[in-house]
Amino acid sequence: MAPGVLRHIINRMGRLKTAQKLKENLIGKIILGCGVLSVAVVVLIFAFLLRDAFSLFGSYSPVDFLTGRKWYPISEPPVFGILPLVLGSLLVTVIAILLAIPLGIGTAIYIAEIAPGWLKEILKPLMEIVAAIPSVVLAFIGLTLLAPFIQDLLNLNTGLTALTGGIMLAFMALPTIVSIAEDAINAVPRSYREGSLAMGATRWQTTGRVVVPAAMSGISAAVMLGIGRAIGETMVVLMVTGNAAVMPTSVDSALKPVRTLTGTIAQEMGETVFGSSHYFALFAVGLVLFVITFAVNWIADQILYRYRESE
Amino acid sequence: MVAVEAARSVVQLKGVDFYYGDFKALEDINLEIRENTVTALIGPSGCGKSTVLRLMNRMHEVMGKTRVKGEVLLDGKDIYADDVDVVSLRSRVGEIFQKPNPFPKSIYDNVAYGPRIQGRKSSDELDGIVEQALKQAALWKEVKNKLKTSAMELSGGQQQRLCIARTLAVEPEIILMDEPCSALDPVATQQIEDTMDSLKKDYTIIIVTHNMQQAARVSEYTGFMLIQETGEPGRLVEYGLTSKIFTMPDRKETENYITGRFG
Repeated sequence: MAPGVLRHIINRMGRLKTAQKLKENLIGKIILGCGVLSVAVVVLIFAFLLRDAFSLFGSYSPVDFLTGRKWYPISEPPVFGILPLVLGSLLVTVIAILLAIPLGIGTAIYIAEIAPGWLKEILKPLMEIVAAIPSVVLAFIGLTLLAPFIQDLLNLNTGLTALTGGIMLAFMALPTIVSIAEDAINAVPRSYREGSLAMGATRWQTTGRVVVPAAMSGISAAVMLGIGRAIGETMVVLMVTGNAAVMPTSVDSALKPVRTLTGTIAQEMGETVFGSSHYFALFAVGLVLFVITFAVNWIADQILYRYRESE
Repeated sequence: MVAVEAARSVVQLKGVDFYYGDFKALEDINLEIRENTVTALIGPSGCGKSTVLRLMNRMHEVMGKTRVKGEVLLDGKDIYADDVDVVSLRSRVGEIFQKPNPFPKSIYDNVAYGPRIQGRKSSDELDGIVEQALKQAALWKEVKNKLKTSAMELSGGQQQRLCIARTLAVEPEIILMDEPCSALDPVATQQIEDTMDSLKKDYTIIIVTHNMQQAARVSEYTGFMLIQETGEPGRLVEYGLTSKIFTMPDRKETENYITGRFG
């Protein structure tokens, strides 16, 4: 090869390298931009939430806000006690959890350990389809099917109760719980199962005493994420819980209408005057909701993190 | 040959063929395992050694579609008969796996697992069983002050001895070991071999190993297995006293393998 040709090739490669470097650089910058933008948006949302929420506390005591037992936003003067809303949210969520945990974990165990391969192939995508149903559609089903059913069954004045909302929320949280719990169970090494079976354990003993305990942190995280989804859900509870801002004080409150934090914001935001104390009160409700959801997700993350550490 | 006849046989394989699906993995395996001895199965990779082992506790049934022809007798009784309960069979025939597989529980709970699933709950009784099993597995001294710590924090060799203790706690008659030292360093291997040596007065041990020196060190009887051609089933080429197999084997293939000419 003539030296000129060689030099030409080297030059070309050099130029290619520079072009490539530019491209790499540009892509890096674009990705950086995307990252900064999304973080900035989240920070801004939080800042606005804080600012508007704290606008209320200039004229209204935070203690009264958090512990007040009455929510009369349009009386004169308005009363913003969110305790009934917090308890309403908690009540609906607790009902949802009580239903979703046994059902979700049971389904996960069934899919992971018991179902034959072909059924597994059907059930897993099916759960994901359930997760994809818009919540307003689910709420519609709850409103037209579940609420009348519960009203007739328990002989109530209205079927729009905390129980109805809890059942629908449980149904919504199920796909999350099942899918993550199933992954956790599947991730349990086969050698644990073999070790247990080879010692003369039955299949059930193996599942109950070795596999599920080994997957426990993943299962807990699945439950926490399911709960996080249930607490933050708006549409379902708005439509099926009846929206009465009364204090749930006893167990039978589950069979009465309640109002949740999310439902309150969704329902009242459209009717408030921009900049009024009611408007800021709803932002403060949003802040409380944010803190609760953040706490639940943080706990779930901690559990998942510990789980990965221990692997 | 006199010694061969003297000990009682606990496991007998009579004309056993074995299939994974349609594939014939073993053909005409005839084997007698004597009580309170260590029997080694050696041979090149994929010759069916581990499969022979699994035939004895029916663990192959966990892995999918398999079929067994011929007889596998435990104390004279066919373990593939319809009235045999596979769960109680496995509590009589324990297995130690290639890779140590303690459960992610405490050391104590690992050893107590077997007795607990058999319904023994009194903590005094469990304490005794756990201590006894850990002593037999030569692990007691190292762990007696940290029984509540996680088994995952033990070294590989300790984990494997824990798995042995876990199996002993069920009081099996036979212990199957599938290359129990292949994931361990020489010191840990030495400890496992010493443990095996002290166990054989109470148990019958069958060990699959790639390591011919190990077979020669630990076993009284050795079986040599081989696949003649690719796609053919594995066969037991020669079986007898370890001292004889390693010094003057009857078959040419055995000699070639022992002397390192292949495999």
